[in-house]
Amino acid sequence: MVEVKDVFKYFGDKKVLNDISTKFYKGKVNLVIGRSGSGKTVLMKCLIGLLTPEEGAIYYSGRNFNLLSDNEKKQLRTEMGMVFQGSALFDSMTIQENVMFPLDMLTEQSFDEKIERVNFCLQRVDLADTNHLYPAELSGGMKKRAAIARAIACQPKYLFCDEPNSGLDPKTSIVIDQLIIEITHDFNMTTVVNTHDLNSVITIGENINFIYQGDLAWSGTKDEVLTSTNNLLNDFIYAQPLTQKIREKL
Amino acid sequence: MHSFLLANMKKLIIQLLETIGEYFIFLGKVFRKPEKWKIFFNKLIYEMDAMGVGSLLIIAIVSISMGSVITIQTALQVEGPWIPHWTVGFTVRTSVVMELCPTIISLLLVGNLGSRITSEIGSMRVTEQIDALEVMGINSASYLVLPKIIASLIVNPVLIIISIFFALFGGYITVMIVQMIPLYDFVDGLTSFFKMYDLYYALTKAFIFAFVISSVSSFYGYRIEGGALELGKANTQGIVVASFIILVLNLVITQIML
Repeated sequence: MVEVKDVFKYFGDKKVLNDISTKFYKGKVNLVIGRSGSGKTVLMKCLIGLLTPEEGAIYYSGRNFNLLSDNEKKQLRTEMGMVFQGSALFDSMTIQENVMFPLDMLTEQSFDEKIERVNFCLQRVDLADTNHLYPAELSGGMKKRAAIARAIACQPKYLFCDEPNSGLDPKTSIVIDQLIIEITHDFNMTTVVNTHDLNSVITIGENINFIYQGDLAWSGTKDEVLTSTNNLLNDFIYAQPLTQKIREKL
Repeated sequence: MHSFLLANMKKLIIQLLETIGEYFIFLGKVFRKPEKWKIFFNKLIYEMDAMGVGSLLIIAIVSISMGSVITIQTALQVEGPWIPHWTVGFTVRTSVVMELCPTIISLLLVGNLGSRITSEIGSMRVTEQIDALEVMGINSASYLVLPKIIASLIVNPVLIIISIFFALFGGYITVMIVQMIPLYDFVDGLTSFFKMYDLYYALTKAFIFAFVISSVSSFYGYRIEGGALELGKANTQGIVVASFIILVLNLVITQIML
């Protein structure tokens, strides 16, 4: 489990995160939703240690990330996998080399063991036979799946996905969502997903946190999100004409 | 007006000191033990190949041209009944070895290697590839930059020596074709009064300039915040700053060593 306690983050005088406290549960897909600029990505960067909050703490199974030594942080990072918004695959490497990279850097496995793990991960994301292709040769959805394969290569306990559906068509988005929920349950990971994709919210949101202008405005599940009485959440969820029509029928 | 200028000056000085501080903190992050030596050596070989082979053609062209022009210029300037012809060869060799090749070729390498390094690291920053390394617990500065700096320290002095040979070859060909002075006298000048210290001096410059080119270019690529526009700006800044530092250090090294 990942626990966020009283986190504040400032950029200069601007308060970007205001007293955020929440929990992300093991074996569940935990969503952080909100409008662009609401602070979702900043929260995720604080979670993975790319940014340090000015106040508050983030606990990984009871370990306060900011109080860990450099070596302990490094060890904890080996338990994390991250899927970036733009996939962040290494351009100069093939897909096989990309997925193998964390194994090369962080483990002492033999080449055969690494290849076996790479092929398993690529098959799991339905990208078998793409080993020798370069990221530039893949479609947006395939790049996202390759990024997921790289993120799970070291069998992480914590998986973070920043807007995994951005720039993808609705059908591919569903494939990515399904993949995320399947691997979360299969590997019993704590998965945190930043999204503003409503389909993701109502299909994979087992624990949903709504952030509005840096504040945690609402928490709940996918069953509660459509019937919430929180006005800020409803403004966000029912912003589109299509969702407004759905609301009228509810 | 006076206070406005003073305030701006103060702001500029603070910015400069901050940048210098950031640069040394960055170097502190770069010079750490590599995570895996095997991967480090693979990257080192790759960088040496890219830097060396990638720059050979342009260095050959510029050096031959520089050697030819300096030979013609020198032959015209030192013409006279009291000046022996071998002076031309001697002057060309001294200019090429001690000043032109180490400095001019290093400035050329700022544009060639430096911009390649800034673009490569900068585009990795913009596309979150550096963040991906950090999340994996890898020291991204050391992983990406250390092989480039070490490769540059090995390859650049070799490139400078090659450029010296090409420049002298350019002078030789020019004298052979134009025949402004007897070829024998030119070769005599090239080989007379040679001191090994001149070469140490040239290689010291090449070594120091190599560090400046690779570290400054990497620094400007690594600290990019934003998108493609910032990448272009960083590239220009990296080239300008590295060139300026090379020119200042050239003066300092010349003063110290000669």
